[in-house]
This record gives sequence, structure tokens and C-alpha cells, in this order.
Amino acid sequence: MNDEQLDALVMAAESGVACDGLIVEREADGYRFETPDATHTGLSEPELRTIASENPWFVSNWHVWNRTDRPDTERAFLRHLEGADERSVPARYETFADGAVVASWGQLRIDIGLASDGNRTYTVRNEADGDRRPESLDVLTDPLDARELIKTDDRGRYRPLKTAPTLPTGWAFVDLDGRSLAETVEYVYPATIANWYLERRGELDVSNWRETMERQSGIYGVIKTWDRGEGHEHVEWVAEACCADSQCLKRREWQYDDDTDLAVDGGDGQFPCREPCSLVVTAARKWTQLEAERERTYEFDLTPSEKAQIEAIIDAVADGEADDIREADIYEGANRYRTRFLRAKRFDEEGRLCGVPTGED
Amino acid sequence: MQALVIVAHGSHLNPDASTPTYDHADTIRETGVFDEVRTGFWKEEPSFREVLRTVESDEVYVVPLFISEGYFTEEVIPRELRLDGWDLDEWDSDGTSATHATFEATDVGKTVHYCGPVGTHDAMSDVIVRRAESVTGDPDVGPGFALAVVGHGTERNENSAKAVHLHADRIADMDRFEEVKALFMDEDPEIDDVTEFFETTDVVVVPLFVADGYHTQEDIPEDMGLTDDYRTGWETPAEVDGHRIWYAGAVGTEALTADVVIERAADAGADVGSAIEDVRRRTGEATPDTEAGAGD
Repeated sequence: MNDEQLDALVMAAESGVACDGLIVEREADGYRFETPDATHTGLSEPELRTIASENPWFVSNWHVWNRTDRPDTERAFLRHLEGADERSVPARYETFADGAVVASWGQLRIDIGLASDGNRTYTVRNEADGDRRPESLDVLTDPLDARELIKTDDRGRYRPLKTAPTLPTGWAFVDLDGRSLAETVEYVYPATIANWYLERRGELDVSNWRETMERQSGIYGVIKTWDRGEGHEHVEWVAEACCADSQCLKRREWQYDDDTDLAVDGGDGQFPCREPCSLVVTAARKWTQLEAERERTYEFDLTPSEKAQIEAIIDAVADGEADDIREADIYEGANRYRTRFLRAKRFDEEGRLCGVPTGED
Repeated sequence: MQALVIVAHGSHLNPDASTPTYDHADTIRETGVFDEVRTGFWKEEPSFREVLRTVESDEVYVVPLFISEGYFTEEVIPRELRLDGWDLDEWDSDGTSATHATFEATDVGKTVHYCGPVGTHDAMSDVIVRRAESVTGDPDVGPGFALAVVGHGTERNENSAKAVHLHADRIADMDRFEEVKALFMDEDPEIDDVTEFFETTDVVVVPLFVADGYHTQEDIPEDMGLTDDYRTGWETPAEVDGHRIWYAGAVGTEALTADVVIERAADAGADVGSAIEDVRRRTGEATPDTEAGAGD
């Protein structure tokens, strides 16, 4: 707390102060200064200043959250991060004194500390780098840098879905104030703060699968032919394929339609997903085309182990684990050498499994 | 408070598709005339559906970083932004003349001044000329040079070709280049025969595209005969049938495009102060564009 904050509190007392357990008011017989631990009434202004000075955390905390020039969304987000609605002022400030309050937002680890003026200062890293000192990482201070930073994963692959659980490591944004923290988060996980806030207020606007597909046009209009209200098993498959925690940090809130929930679990993500995203729509367009094909019966001669191996390959690719299988681990069905052996043995010169013609329509 | 929101296509596959959008947003942000400058994408995040809810300001100027009027500017963007009462007639456009119209975005309760695309603004002609200056490294390029403005061209959208003709005609009227022609990928006259359309030896080719990608970095260089395989690159200029082809890459990557975005917002009533002059001066100070020959 400093003199400026104390002066501001005395001035604000005229119209009343209430923040995180602190109440300061002007009453008929003098000022009232109340915290969860003690109540003082009938105070003169010098007495108010003395009492306030003895409770610097409460005064400083009020001053931080009393700013009216920032949107409610941002204020609620920043207060949520430090648990301001659940943890007392002394509990939070003791944690600040010990180092930092640590918060989480998707794969981000956010360390909240106190600047010398009492304002919050934020450090942001990938949570996987949580045990590394920020100084040992690539240190950044401009939120705009986040845009390029998060474009690719640690393997250098483009991340078209910003909430994919593949946030790169090795960097830290330091010395951010609340506004620049929110801006940084906005670039890493766009619109997550706005949608989290809407959900918290019970105002999240969800567009279910059917209404989202019904408004598609152009090359995506074809999806309507897959989605004629004849059951919704296909949408279960879409959700299982795309909207699992292993693929996206958002928690799917959209359902098939207003009356029909999907059976597939929506995930445990922190951020609500309010409608099928552009990746899901694009994938649904492709599946609409593929699902228009008739089923056929094929006959293949495979050993039981070969059939199991094909299943293991599909699992490994679907779960993104193919690259993790060790070079010489022949016990794994999706091992590269073992897969090459299967191809050498079972494919004909045209690349057809067991030489069976595909017979496309 | 007034906000500028630039909306663009973006890509699920190409990490560079959004780069020009970010660059122009940064240039405009630095002028300080908008309280906020945001970007939204069809294929990236924040999506068109969500970008307005990330904006604090109640007055929002939305400028599509698209080349022509049509499907995206008239159908997709107004629908996805939830512009209440969107009516195509309010444009009263001949295909290149849409300027702006004002709506309420129903889900966020903001006033949206929805602008015509950057590609059809008159100022885009200046960006094409600047692109010719950048790729040749000559601020006075014109005498002894021909200019080809290249569009996609498609039967699905006649406005696509209109935008290309608009600028080719305007630049021809400047009497700066020896010859100016509009050429296309998918309709006549085709870019494949670029050298047949010009008598001038030196030809600057500027594709009227927003971002470099498949068409500007693969199709067009191969179609023109700059290279047999785009992966092996090409010279700038490249010799083709006795002509020197100065291939500029997508015009939307030119820094001066930021100026067109501001002009669109200004036309719609945004208070932009001296930002137009600022951006023209600052982007004009850039050194000759070494990125233009990205295939080198």
C-alpha cells in the first residue's frame, strides 16, 4: 500500500467501499472500517488512515480491483486466476509473499506476483516448463509475439486448432500486467476468456450440430445431405474423433440438437466449446462425401496376428502414437519395419491389400 | 471507443496464410487511431463467429481482407458475424463499388460498420503499383515496363474478374506503364500465355491475391514458365520467350495494403486522423521487397 492508494480509499469512503471483505463507509458518527477480523466505527479521518495503514493488504487489494477502465470480462478473469472469490485477502497475500499464486489456463501456467506498487505482475509459461526458471527460457514481453510462437508445435508442425493440446514449450512471457496478460491469453486461446465469462453468467450461447450445419453454404452445403434427422450416430463418431480431451482442450457443450444430447463425453476442458469449429465442419464435409459410398464385402486372407496388427496400426495413427514407437520394437504392431513387412507380404504391385480390387463406384 | 476488425480467410494447412493479416493489423495498431485492432478468420481462430466478442469497443469497423465482392463478403461474413438485418441491396453495388453499411451484431450488441473488401477499393491500384516498385527495386518503375494484373477468374463469381479489370483500367489510365493487361488463371486471357500479350520486354506480374499460397507460389510461376517445378524456385526477373518477367507474388503481402484497410474504415466513418498519411509514409520507406521472389 502507498499514499496514493490510501488517499484514494479515503476519498472513495464517501460513497462506500466493499471489496473482498473490506468495507469502508462514512456513517453519521464517523467512518466505518471493517474487515472479516475486526470492525471499527466512529473513526475520524486520521483514525481511518491509521487503521487502514495497519491493513495494507486489504487497501492494496481494493485499489487493484477498483479500476473501472477495464471490461468486466477481464476483471472477472484476473480475479478468477488468483481465486479472489474463494480465498481471503490474507491467504492470497501470504502466498504472494511466499513467491507467487500459480494459476492454470489450458496448458498455460500463470504465476501471479506483486509489483512494488501493489499491482499484479504475471508470468506465463507452458505448464510443462513449470519447473524451469523463466530466465532459462526464451523471455518475451510483447503479447503480440504469442501469435507466431503458438503457430507450430515442438515438432515444428502447424497448429490450425489453437486449443489443441500441443502448445510449444521453451518460452516465458514476463512482467505482464493484467491487460497484457489477457491479451496474451487471447492470442494463445482466442475467445476463451469471453466464452468462459458468458458461461459463468449462464449466458453462453451454444449452437448445436444441426443448426450449425443447416447454416452451411457453398462447398459445405453438402453436409446437409448427411444430416437429415435420420438418427445421429454419425455425429457421435464426429465428436469421438475430434472433440476428445486428447485432441482439444475445449469442453464440448454443443449437442446434436436442442432435444438430443450426444452420448459421447464432452471432455473435461476448462473452456466451453459453443459450436462445431471450422475443423469439425471441414472434416464433416469430407465424411459426408465418404459416407455416401455403399458398403461392399471384401475377402482377405490374413493371419490372426496380421488382422490384429492392422487394428494396432489404426489405433496408433488415430492416437498420434505412431512416431513414439521405437525403431526396433517389433512387438508393436505399428512398428515401421513390421508394417513394411506386412506391406511387402500382403500388397500386390498396385498397392492393394491381398491383391483384392477396391472396385470404387 | 472504436475498434478495427480485419477479417480474412486463413488456412488449416498453411501457417503463412494469416501473416499478411497480422502484419497489416500491426501497422495500423502502431498508428494508434483505433482503440483496438483485432483479426478474425474463416479457417483460424478467433473465428468470424467469435471475433466480435473479443472486442471491447461498441463501435466496430469490420474490413474484409478479401479481393472481390461475392460469396464471402455478401453471404459468409455477414451471416457468421450475425449482422442483424443484413441486406445485400444496401450495398447497391455493381460488383466492385460496395463501400459500407451499418448493422447491429445481435449476439454482442455492438454497432458494426461493415465495409467493402480491400481488393475493390480504388487505393488498391496504388498498392499494385507499389508492388511493381518493390519487386523491381525502382520507385520510378513504369517507362519501358509492362504490367500484368493477375486474377483467379472463375465462372462462379463474375465479380472476381471485375476487380482485376477495375485496377488494370485505373493503372492504364495513369499512363505510367507501357502496357497494362488483366490476365487470369481460369479464364481468358490466361496467364499461361503471358508473353504473347506484351510487346514490352520487361513485364511486371502482380497477382491480385491476399496471401501467398498454392496459387501464387505454385500454379502461377509454373503456368508462366518461370520454372518447371515451383520447389526449385525461379529467378527475378526470369527470362521467358525473350521477355523478362518480374513476378511480384501476392499484392496483399505488400505493406501498403494496410493503407487500404484504413481507407475502408475511414470511408465508413471511422476517425482515422492522419493514419492514412502515416502508413503511406512509413510503408513507403521500406527497402525493396526481397520477399517478392520467395521462390528464388
